[in-house]
Amino acid sequence: MLIRRPSDILPSEITPREVYLNRRQWMTGAAGLAVATALPMGSEAAPLQAARSPFSTDEKLTSREDVTSYNNFYEFGTGKDDPAAKAKSLKTTPWTVKIDGMVGKPAEFAIEDLIKSSALEERIYRMRCVEGWSMVIPWVGFPLADLIKRVEPLGSAKYVAFETAYRPEEMPGMDSIFPVLEWPYVEGLRLDEAMNPLTLLAVGLYGETLPNQNGAPIRLVVPWKYGFKGIKSITRISFVDKQPPTSWNKQAPSEYGFYANVNPNVDHPRWSQATERRIGEGGLFVKRRPTLMFNGYAEQVASLYTGMDLRKLY
Amino acid sequence: MAGRASASGAPKGFTLPQVPKILVYIVGFIPAVWLFYAGITDQLGADPMRVLEQELGEWALRFLIATLTITPLRQLFSINLLRYRRAIGLLAFYYAALHLTTYLVLDQGLDMAAIVADIVKRPYITIGMATFVVLVPLAVTSNNAAIRHMGGQAWAKLHRLVYVAAIGAVLHFILVVKSWPPEPLVYAAIVAVLLGYRLVRSLVKKPSPRRRPA
Repeated sequence: MLIRRPSDILPSEITPREVYLNRRQWMTGAAGLAVATALPMGSEAAPLQAARSPFSTDEKLTSREDVTSYNNFYEFGTGKDDPAAKAKSLKTTPWTVKIDGMVGKPAEFAIEDLIKSSALEERIYRMRCVEGWSMVIPWVGFPLADLIKRVEPLGSAKYVAFETAYRPEEMPGMDSIFPVLEWPYVEGLRLDEAMNPLTLLAVGLYGETLPNQNGAPIRLVVPWKYGFKGIKSITRISFVDKQPPTSWNKQAPSEYGFYANVNPNVDHPRWSQATERRIGEGGLFVKRRPTLMFNGYAEQVASLYTGMDLRKLY
Repeated sequence: MAGRASASGAPKGFTLPQVPKILVYIVGFIPAVWLFYAGITDQLGADPMRVLEQELGEWALRFLIATLTITPLRQLFSINLLRYRRAIGLLAFYYAALHLTTYLVLDQGLDMAAIVADIVKRPYITIGMATFVVLVPLAVTSNNAAIRHMGGQAWAKLHRLVYVAAIGAVLHFILVVKSWPPEPLVYAAIVAVLLGYRLVRSLVKKPSPRRRPA
Protein backbone atom coordinates (compact mmCIF):
# COMPACT_ATOMS: atom_id res chain seq x y z
CA MET A 1 0.00 0.00 0.00
CA LEU A 2 1.37 3.35 -1.02
CA ILE A 3 -0.71 5.61 1.14
CA ARG A 4 0.60 5.45 4.67
CA ARG A 5 -1.49 6.23 7.65
CA PRO A 6 -0.39 9.30 9.69
CA SER A 7 1.05 7.11 12.41
CA ASP A 8 3.47 5.62 9.89
CA ILE A 9 5.04 8.95 9.05
CA LEU A 10 8.31 9.32 10.84
CA PRO A 11 8.75 12.53 12.77
CA SER A 12 11.98 13.06 10.86
CA GLU A 13 10.11 13.11 7.57
CA ILE A 14 8.04 16.08 8.55
CA THR A 15 9.70 19.35 7.63
CA PRO A 16 11.12 20.66 10.87
CA ARG A 17 9.57 23.91 11.99
CA GLU A 18 12.95 25.56 11.85
CA VAL A 19 13.47 24.73 8.18
CA TYR A 20 9.92 25.65 7.32
CA LEU A 21 10.29 28.99 9.03
CA ASN A 22 13.64 29.52 7.41
CA ARG A 23 12.15 29.09 3.99
CA ARG A 24 9.67 31.87 4.70
CA GLN A 25 12.37 34.01 6.10
CA TRP A 26 14.65 33.36 3.15
CA MET A 27 11.85 34.58 0.89
CA THR A 28 11.54 37.83 2.82
CA GLY A 29 15.32 38.09 2.93
CA ALA A 30 15.54 37.57 -0.80
CA ALA A 31 12.84 40.15 -1.39
CA GLY A 32 14.70 42.59 0.80
CA LEU A 33 17.91 41.86 -1.04
CA ALA A 34 16.26 42.48 -4.40
CA VAL A 35 15.01 45.84 -3.18
CA ALA A 36 18.35 46.70 -1.61
CA THR A 37 20.32 45.94 -4.77
CA ALA A 38 17.84 47.87 -6.87
CA LEU A 39 18.44 51.00 -4.83
CA PRO A 40 21.41 53.18 -5.62
CA MET A 41 23.93 52.80 -2.82
CA GLY A 42 25.94 55.70 -1.47
CA SER A 43 29.11 53.86 -0.60
CA GLU A 44 30.67 50.97 -2.43
CA ALA A 45 28.36 48.35 -0.92
CA ALA A 46 29.06 45.03 -2.61
CA PRO A 47 26.67 42.07 -2.61
CA LEU A 48 27.74 39.02 -0.61
CA GLN A 49 26.76 35.40 -1.18
CA ALA A 50 25.67 33.78 2.05
CA ALA A 51 24.08 30.51 3.13
CA ARG A 52 21.07 30.44 5.40
CA SER A 53 21.56 29.47 9.02
CA PRO A 54 19.40 27.54 11.48
CA PHE A 55 20.47 30.08 14.11
CA SER A 56 18.44 32.81 12.41
CA THR A 57 15.29 34.13 14.02
CA ASP A 58 12.12 34.51 11.97
CA GLU A 59 11.16 37.76 13.68
CA LYS A 60 10.36 40.79 11.59
CA LEU A 61 13.54 42.49 10.39
CA THR A 62 14.36 46.02 11.45
CA SER A 63 14.43 48.12 8.28
CA ARG A 64 17.77 48.63 6.55
CA GLU A 65 17.19 52.35 6.93
CA ASP A 66 16.93 52.07 10.73
CA VAL A 67 19.79 49.58 11.05
CA THR A 68 22.11 51.90 9.14
CA SER A 69 21.00 55.26 10.55
CA TYR A 70 20.58 54.61 14.28
CA ASN A 71 23.99 53.62 15.58
CA ASN A 72 26.27 53.84 18.57
CA PHE A 73 29.82 54.19 17.26
CA TYR A 74 31.37 56.80 19.52
CA GLU A 75 34.51 57.14 17.42
CA PHE A 76 32.23 59.20 15.17
CA GLY A 77 30.32 61.07 17.87
CA THR A 78 27.81 60.32 20.59
CA GLY A 79 24.65 61.16 18.60
CA LYS A 80 22.73 58.24 17.12
CA ASP A 81 22.93 59.83 13.68
CA ASP A 82 26.60 60.84 13.95
CA PRO A 83 28.01 57.53 12.62
CA ALA A 84 25.82 57.56 9.49
CA ALA A 85 26.74 61.20 8.88
CA LYS A 86 30.45 61.03 9.63
CA ALA A 87 31.72 57.47 9.14
CA LYS A 88 32.28 57.94 5.41
CA SER A 89 35.70 59.34 6.28
CA LEU A 90 36.87 55.92 7.47
CA LYS A 91 39.03 54.27 4.81
CA THR A 92 38.26 50.55 4.82
CA THR A 93 40.56 49.59 1.94
CA PRO A 94 43.19 48.42 2.38
CA TRP A 95 42.34 46.77 5.71
CA THR A 96 44.17 44.10 7.60
CA VAL A 97 43.26 42.14 10.69
CA LYS A 98 46.23 41.13 12.79
CA ILE A 99 46.01 37.92 14.78
CA ASP A 100 48.60 37.62 17.52
CA GLY A 101 49.29 36.48 21.05
CA MET A 102 49.04 32.89 22.16
CA VAL A 103 48.45 31.25 18.80
CA GLY A 104 50.34 28.66 16.81
CA LYS A 105 49.85 30.57 13.58
CA PRO A 106 49.91 34.32 14.06
CA ALA A 107 48.72 36.03 10.90
CA GLU A 108 47.80 39.23 9.22
CA PHE A 109 44.79 38.84 6.98
CA ALA A 110 43.79 41.23 4.25
CA ILE A 111 40.06 41.68 4.69
CA GLU A 112 39.24 40.52 1.14
CA ASP A 113 41.21 37.30 1.65
CA LEU A 114 39.48 36.70 4.96
CA ILE A 115 36.06 37.12 3.34
CA LYS A 116 36.98 34.98 0.32
CA SER A 117 38.35 32.14 2.43
CA SER A 118 35.40 32.01 4.82
CA ALA A 119 32.05 30.28 4.41
CA LEU A 120 29.67 33.20 4.74
CA GLU A 121 26.27 32.74 6.36
CA GLU A 122 23.33 35.00 6.85
CA ARG A 123 22.49 35.18 10.55
CA ILE A 124 19.34 37.01 11.54
CA TYR A 125 19.96 37.95 15.15
CA ARG A 126 18.23 40.03 17.75
CA MET A 127 20.44 42.89 18.95
CA ARG A 128 19.75 44.31 22.41
CA CYS A 129 21.42 47.59 23.29
CA VAL A 130 22.29 48.26 26.93
CA GLU A 131 20.26 51.48 26.56
CA GLY A 132 17.00 49.50 26.38
CA TRP A 133 16.22 49.21 22.66
CA SER A 134 16.54 46.33 20.26
CA MET A 135 16.66 45.45 16.56
CA VAL A 136 16.52 42.35 14.38
CA ILE A 137 19.42 42.44 11.95
CA PRO A 138 20.29 40.14 9.02
CA TRP A 139 24.06 39.95 9.41
CA VAL A 140 26.37 38.28 6.92
CA GLY A 141 29.48 36.77 8.38
CA PHE A 142 31.27 33.67 9.56
CA PRO A 143 31.63 32.07 12.97
CA LEU A 144 34.55 33.46 14.95
CA ALA A 145 35.26 29.82 15.79
CA ASP A 146 36.23 29.19 12.14
CA LEU A 147 38.94 31.82 12.33
CA ILE A 148 40.09 30.67 15.75
CA LYS A 149 40.58 27.11 14.48
CA ARG A 150 42.67 28.39 11.57
CA VAL A 151 45.15 30.19 13.80
CA GLU A 152 45.44 27.35 16.33
CA PRO A 153 45.37 28.93 19.78
CA LEU A 154 47.83 27.57 22.34
CA GLY A 155 46.59 25.76 25.42
CA SER A 156 47.54 28.79 27.49
CA ALA A 157 45.09 31.07 25.64
CA LYS A 158 42.01 31.66 27.77
CA TYR A 159 40.58 34.88 26.38
CA VAL A 160 40.30 36.68 23.07
CA ALA A 161 40.93 40.43 22.96
CA PHE A 162 39.73 42.69 20.15
CA GLU A 163 40.79 46.16 19.08
CA THR A 164 39.12 48.77 16.86
CA ALA A 165 41.09 50.89 14.42
CA TYR A 166 42.75 53.91 16.08
CA ARG A 167 42.54 56.66 13.48
CA PRO A 168 41.70 60.07 14.96
CA GLU A 169 42.13 61.70 11.55
CA GLU A 170 39.39 59.48 10.08
CA MET A 171 37.24 59.23 13.21
CA PRO A 172 36.07 62.72 14.17
CA GLY A 173 34.53 61.65 17.50
CA MET A 174 37.89 60.63 18.91
CA ASP A 175 39.33 64.10 19.37
CA SER A 176 36.24 65.46 21.11
CA ILE A 177 37.13 67.87 23.93
CA PHE A 178 35.13 65.58 26.20
CA PRO A 179 36.69 62.15 25.70
CA VAL A 180 33.81 59.72 26.11
CA LEU A 181 35.96 56.60 26.15
CA GLU A 182 39.60 55.71 26.12
CA TRP A 183 40.71 54.89 22.57
CA PRO A 184 41.16 52.56 20.84
CA TYR A 185 37.94 50.74 21.68
CA VAL A 186 38.75 47.32 23.08
CA GLU A 187 36.61 44.31 23.82
CA GLY A 188 37.07 40.74 24.92
CA LEU A 189 35.49 37.32 25.26
CA ARG A 190 36.33 34.21 27.17
CA LEU A 191 37.71 31.62 24.70
CA ASP A 192 34.65 29.36 25.12
CA GLU A 193 32.34 32.31 24.44
CA ALA A 194 34.39 33.13 21.38
CA MET A 195 34.14 29.51 20.20
CA ASN A 196 30.35 29.37 20.64
CA PRO A 197 28.71 28.78 17.25
CA LEU A 198 26.53 31.90 17.72
CA THR A 199 29.53 34.23 17.93
CA LEU A 200 29.91 35.86 14.56
CA LEU A 201 32.44 37.98 12.74
CA ALA A 202 30.12 40.04 10.54
CA VAL A 203 31.31 41.51 7.26
CA GLY A 204 27.90 42.48 5.93
CA LEU A 205 24.21 43.11 6.56
CA TYR A 206 21.16 42.92 4.37
CA GLY A 207 23.14 40.86 1.84
CA GLU A 208 25.85 43.44 1.29
CA THR A 209 29.17 44.50 2.77
CA LEU A 210 28.90 46.48 6.02
CA PRO A 211 28.27 50.21 5.84
CA ASN A 212 30.99 52.09 7.74
CA GLN A 213 28.59 53.19 10.47
CA ASN A 214 27.86 49.56 11.30
CA GLY A 215 31.53 48.70 11.79
CA ALA A 216 33.01 48.09 8.35
CA PRO A 217 34.78 46.13 7.19
CA ILE A 218 34.57 43.56 9.98
CA ARG A 219 32.92 43.53 13.39
CA LEU A 220 31.96 41.20 16.19
CA VAL A 221 28.36 40.12 16.82
CA VAL A 222 27.59 38.35 20.10
CA PRO A 223 23.79 38.18 20.11
CA TRP A 224 23.30 37.16 23.74
CA LYS A 225 25.31 40.11 25.03
CA TYR A 226 24.57 43.83 25.06
CA GLY A 227 25.39 45.55 21.80
CA PHE A 228 28.52 47.32 23.08
CA LYS A 229 30.31 43.94 23.16
CA GLY A 230 30.02 43.91 19.36
CA ILE A 231 33.26 45.77 18.67
CA LYS A 232 33.39 47.43 15.27
CA SER A 233 36.02 47.97 12.58
CA ILE A 234 38.38 45.39 14.08
CA THR A 235 42.10 45.60 13.30
CA ARG A 236 43.49 43.20 15.86
CA ILE A 237 42.50 39.98 17.57
CA SER A 238 44.81 38.73 20.33
CA PHE A 239 44.79 35.50 22.27
CA VAL A 240 45.68 36.06 25.91
CA ASP A 241 45.71 34.20 29.22
CA LYS A 242 44.14 36.92 31.38
CA GLN A 243 40.80 38.69 31.15
CA PRO A 244 41.47 41.60 28.79
CA PRO A 245 40.33 45.16 29.53
CA THR A 246 37.10 46.26 27.82
CA SER A 247 36.25 49.87 26.98
CA TRP A 248 32.93 50.41 28.76
CA ASN A 249 34.10 48.47 31.78
CA LYS A 250 37.09 50.81 32.06
CA GLN A 251 34.80 53.83 31.71
CA ALA A 252 32.29 52.76 34.40
CA PRO A 253 33.12 49.42 36.04
CA SER A 254 30.03 49.48 38.26
CA GLU A 255 27.75 49.84 35.24
CA TYR A 256 29.30 47.71 32.50
CA GLY A 257 30.83 44.35 33.26
CA PHE A 258 33.17 42.17 31.23
CA TYR A 259 30.41 39.65 30.52
CA ALA A 260 27.57 42.08 29.73
CA ASN A 261 25.14 39.24 29.10
CA VAL A 262 21.61 40.40 28.35
CA ASN A 263 19.78 39.80 31.61
CA PRO A 264 16.34 41.20 32.44
CA ASN A 265 16.86 40.40 36.13
CA VAL A 266 20.03 42.43 36.58
CA ASP A 267 19.36 46.11 36.09
CA HIS A 268 21.83 48.68 34.95
CA PRO A 269 22.50 50.71 38.12
CA ARG A 270 20.70 53.68 36.59
CA TRP A 271 17.90 52.05 34.60
CA SER A 272 15.85 48.87 34.35
CA GLN A 273 16.78 46.13 31.88
CA ALA A 274 13.48 44.28 32.23
CA THR A 275 11.96 45.61 29.01
CA GLU A 276 13.03 46.98 25.66
CA ARG A 277 11.70 48.99 22.75
CA ARG A 278 11.96 47.26 19.37
CA ILE A 279 13.10 49.88 16.88
CA GLY A 280 10.65 50.44 14.03
CA GLU A 281 7.78 48.91 15.95
CA GLY A 282 4.92 51.34 16.58
CA GLY A 283 6.85 54.57 16.03
CA LEU A 284 5.83 57.18 18.57
CA PHE A 285 3.48 54.66 20.18
CA VAL A 286 6.04 51.88 20.56
CA LYS A 287 5.11 49.23 23.14
CA ARG A 288 7.80 47.87 25.41
CA ARG A 289 8.39 44.15 25.20
CA PRO A 290 9.93 41.98 27.90
CA THR A 291 13.66 41.42 27.55
CA LEU A 292 14.59 37.74 27.40
CA MET A 293 17.35 36.04 29.38
CA PHE A 294 20.49 35.95 27.23
CA ASN A 295 18.42 37.89 24.69
CA GLY A 296 16.50 34.69 23.91
CA TYR A 297 19.63 32.60 23.26
CA ALA A 298 19.64 30.81 26.62
CA GLU A 299 19.34 27.40 24.98
CA GLN A 300 22.64 27.88 23.15
CA VAL A 301 24.65 29.76 25.76
CA ALA A 302 23.28 29.33 29.30
CA SER A 303 25.62 26.39 29.89
CA LEU A 304 28.63 28.70 29.48
CA TYR A 305 27.71 30.33 32.76
CA THR A 306 26.60 27.49 35.01
CA GLY A 307 27.63 28.08 38.59
CA MET A 308 28.39 31.76 37.99
CA ASP A 309 26.63 34.48 39.97
CA LEU A 310 25.38 36.64 37.13
CA ARG A 311 24.46 39.41 39.55
CA LYS A 312 28.12 39.82 40.43
CA LEU A 313 29.54 38.91 37.05
CA TYR A 314 27.24 41.18 35.05
CA MET B 1 10.58 83.21 37.56
CA ALA B 2 13.32 84.01 40.06
CA GLY B 3 15.10 86.91 41.58
CA ARG B 4 13.54 90.16 42.46
CA ALA B 5 10.15 91.18 41.31
CA SER B 6 10.12 94.19 39.08
CA ALA B 7 11.14 97.08 41.31
CA SER B 8 13.27 99.55 39.45
CA GLY B 9 11.32 99.69 36.20
CA ALA B 10 13.24 102.81 35.21
CA PRO B 11 13.72 102.97 31.45
CA LYS B 12 17.49 103.02 31.65
CA GLY B 13 19.88 101.82 28.99
CA PHE B 14 18.86 99.57 26.20
CA THR B 15 15.19 99.43 25.24
CA LEU B 16 14.06 96.64 23.01
CA PRO B 17 10.97 96.99 20.89
CA GLN B 18 8.16 95.40 22.84
CA VAL B 19 6.26 92.46 21.40
CA PRO B 20 2.97 91.09 22.73
CA LYS B 21 3.57 88.40 25.33
CA ILE B 22 1.23 86.06 23.50
CA LEU B 23 3.85 85.97 20.75
CA VAL B 24 6.34 84.48 23.21
CA TYR B 25 3.92 81.62 23.86
CA ILE B 26 3.19 81.11 20.19
CA VAL B 27 6.86 81.01 19.22
CA GLY B 28 7.66 78.98 22.34
CA PHE B 29 5.24 76.24 21.41
CA ILE B 30 6.52 75.85 17.85
CA PRO B 31 9.10 73.18 18.83
CA ALA B 32 6.47 71.12 20.65
CA VAL B 33 3.99 71.28 17.79
CA TRP B 34 6.72 70.42 15.29
CA LEU B 35 7.98 67.50 17.41
CA PHE B 36 4.52 65.95 17.76
CA TYR B 37 3.80 66.45 14.09
CA ALA B 38 7.18 65.02 13.06
CA GLY B 39 6.70 62.10 15.44
CA ILE B 40 3.31 61.17 14.07
CA THR B 41 4.45 61.54 10.46
CA ASP B 42 7.56 59.39 11.04
CA GLN B 43 10.18 62.11 10.67
CA LEU B 44 12.00 61.62 13.96
CA GLY B 45 14.20 58.74 12.87
CA ALA B 46 14.40 55.18 14.10
CA ASP B 47 13.42 55.83 17.71
CA PRO B 48 10.85 58.63 17.54
CA MET B 49 9.48 58.21 21.07
CA ARG B 50 12.94 58.68 22.56
CA VAL B 51 13.62 61.74 20.40
CA LEU B 52 10.31 63.32 21.40
CA GLU B 53 10.92 62.57 25.08
CA GLN B 54 14.47 63.92 25.07
CA GLU B 55 13.73 66.99 22.96
CA LEU B 56 10.81 68.07 25.14
CA GLY B 57 12.99 67.70 28.20
CA GLU B 58 15.78 69.65 26.57
CA TRP B 59 13.41 72.46 25.62
CA ALA B 60 12.18 72.63 29.21
CA LEU B 61 15.81 73.05 30.30
CA ARG B 62 16.45 75.68 27.62
CA PHE B 63 13.49 77.77 28.77
CA LEU B 64 14.52 77.31 32.38
CA ILE B 65 17.97 78.62 31.48
CA ALA B 66 16.39 81.49 29.52
CA THR B 67 14.50 82.66 32.63
CA LEU B 68 17.76 82.62 34.56
CA THR B 69 19.42 84.93 32.02
CA ILE B 70 16.84 87.72 32.44
CA THR B 71 18.30 89.11 35.68
CA PRO B 72 21.99 89.07 34.62
CA LEU B 73 21.08 90.61 31.27
CA ARG B 74 19.41 93.46 33.11
CA GLN B 75 22.12 93.89 35.71
CA LEU B 76 25.12 93.53 33.44
CA PHE B 77 23.93 94.81 30.09
CA SER B 78 20.85 96.86 31.00
CA ILE B 79 18.77 94.72 28.68
CA ASN B 80 15.34 94.55 30.21
CA LEU B 81 13.32 91.50 29.24
CA LEU B 82 11.51 91.26 32.55
CA ARG B 83 8.06 91.45 31.02
CA TYR B 84 8.67 88.17 29.17
CA ARG B 85 10.06 86.25 32.13
CA ARG B 86 6.72 84.86 33.27
CA ALA B 87 5.91 83.55 29.79
CA ILE B 88 9.33 81.96 29.44
CA GLY B 89 9.12 80.41 32.89
CA LEU B 90 5.67 79.01 32.18
CA LEU B 91 6.94 77.61 28.88
CA ALA B 92 9.64 75.78 30.85
CA PHE B 93 6.90 74.32 33.03
CA TYR B 94 4.69 73.34 30.09
CA TYR B 95 7.61 71.61 28.36
CA ALA B 96 8.51 69.80 31.58
CA ALA B 97 4.87 68.66 31.82
CA LEU B 98 4.91 67.43 28.20
CA HIS B 99 8.24 65.68 28.80
CA LEU B 100 6.80 63.96 31.88
CA THR B 101 3.60 63.03 30.04
CA THR B 102 5.64 61.49 27.22
CA TYR B 103 7.59 59.43 29.75
CA LEU B 104 4.42 58.28 31.55
CA VAL B 105 2.23 57.57 28.53
CA LEU B 106 4.42 56.82 25.53
CA ASP B 107 7.63 55.51 27.14
CA GLN B 108 6.16 53.52 30.03
CA GLY B 109 2.66 52.99 28.61
CA LEU B 110 1.19 54.03 31.98
CA ASP B 111 2.61 50.86 33.55
CA MET B 112 2.23 52.16 37.11
CA ALA B 113 4.35 49.39 38.67
CA ALA B 114 7.26 50.17 36.34
CA ILE B 115 6.85 53.91 36.89
CA VAL B 116 6.80 53.64 40.68
CA ALA B 117 9.80 51.30 40.58
CA ASP B 118 11.62 53.85 38.40
CA ILE B 119 10.85 56.71 40.79
CA VAL B 120 12.02 54.74 43.80
CA LYS B 121 15.04 53.00 42.29
CA ARG B 122 16.41 55.31 39.60
CA PRO B 123 18.04 58.48 40.87
CA TYR B 124 17.67 60.23 37.52
CA ILE B 125 13.91 59.59 37.55
CA THR B 126 13.67 60.55 41.23
CA ILE B 127 15.49 63.79 40.53
CA GLY B 128 13.45 64.44 37.38
CA MET B 129 10.19 63.94 39.27
CA ALA B 130 11.34 66.10 42.18
CA THR B 131 12.33 68.83 39.72
CA PHE B 132 8.88 68.77 38.19
CA VAL B 133 7.27 68.90 41.65
CA VAL B 134 9.40 71.97 42.44
CA LEU B 135 8.19 73.68 39.27
CA VAL B 136 4.50 73.19 40.10
CA PRO B 137 4.15 75.86 42.85
CA LEU B 138 6.17 78.26 40.70
CA ALA B 139 3.82 77.80 37.75
CA VAL B 140 0.73 78.02 39.97
CA THR B 141 1.91 81.34 41.42
CA SER B 142 3.02 82.82 38.11
CA ASN B 143 0.19 85.35 37.98
CA ASN B 144 -0.51 88.81 39.38
CA ALA B 145 -3.15 87.58 41.81
CA ALA B 146 -0.68 85.24 43.48
CA ILE B 147 1.94 87.99 43.80
CA ARG B 148 -0.65 90.29 45.38
CA HIS B 149 -1.90 87.57 47.67
CA MET B 150 1.53 86.40 48.80
CA GLY B 151 3.29 89.72 48.89
CA GLY B 152 6.27 90.42 46.68
CA GLN B 153 8.90 89.34 49.18
CA ALA B 154 7.40 85.95 49.94
CA TRP B 155 6.70 85.44 46.25
CA ALA B 156 10.29 86.24 45.30
CA LYS B 157 11.54 83.91 48.00
CA LEU B 158 9.37 81.06 46.73
CA HIS B 159 10.51 81.65 43.18
CA ARG B 160 14.13 81.17 44.17
CA LEU B 161 13.20 77.49 43.95
CA VAL B 162 13.91 77.87 40.27
CA TYR B 163 17.60 77.56 41.18
CA VAL B 164 16.87 74.16 42.69
CA ALA B 165 14.90 73.20 39.58
CA ALA B 166 17.76 74.20 37.28
CA ILE B 167 20.24 72.11 39.25
CA GLY B 168 17.79 69.19 39.31
CA ALA B 169 17.22 69.42 35.57
CA VAL B 170 20.92 69.27 34.62
CA LEU B 171 21.57 66.47 37.12
CA HIS B 172 18.65 64.55 35.62
CA PHE B 173 20.19 65.03 32.16
CA ILE B 174 23.71 64.01 33.20
CA LEU B 175 22.45 60.88 34.96
CA VAL B 176 20.44 59.60 32.01
CA VAL B 177 23.31 59.41 29.52
CA LYS B 178 26.16 56.94 29.18
CA SER B 179 29.65 58.29 29.93
CA TRP B 180 30.13 62.08 29.66
CA PRO B 181 28.89 63.30 26.30
CA PRO B 182 29.25 67.07 25.75
CA GLU B 183 25.61 68.21 25.64
CA PRO B 184 24.50 67.77 29.27
CA LEU B 185 27.88 69.09 30.41
CA VAL B 186 27.44 72.25 28.36
CA TYR B 187 24.02 72.84 29.94
CA ALA B 188 25.47 72.12 33.38
CA ALA B 189 28.21 74.68 32.75
CA ILE B 190 25.68 77.32 31.67
CA VAL B 191 23.56 76.73 34.77
CA ALA B 192 26.70 76.83 36.94
CA VAL B 193 27.68 80.20 35.47
CA LEU B 194 24.18 81.66 35.89
CA LEU B 195 23.86 80.49 39.49
CA GLY B 196 27.49 81.26 40.28
CA TYR B 197 26.94 84.80 39.08
CA ARG B 198 24.11 85.23 41.59
CA LEU B 199 26.15 83.71 44.40
CA VAL B 200 29.14 85.94 43.72
CA ARG B 201 26.94 89.00 43.44
CA SER B 202 25.17 88.27 46.71
CA LEU B 203 28.53 87.83 48.45
CA VAL B 204 30.15 90.91 46.95
CA LYS B 205 27.18 93.20 47.27
CA LYS B 206 25.59 93.04 50.69
CA PRO B 207 21.90 93.61 50.12
CA SER B 208 20.82 96.86 51.71
CA PRO B 209 17.55 96.34 53.60
CA ARG B 210 15.97 99.39 52.03
CA ARG B 211 16.26 98.17 48.50
CA ARG B 212 14.13 95.12 49.08
CA PRO B 213 11.45 94.69 46.45
CA ALA B 214 8.10 96.06 47.36
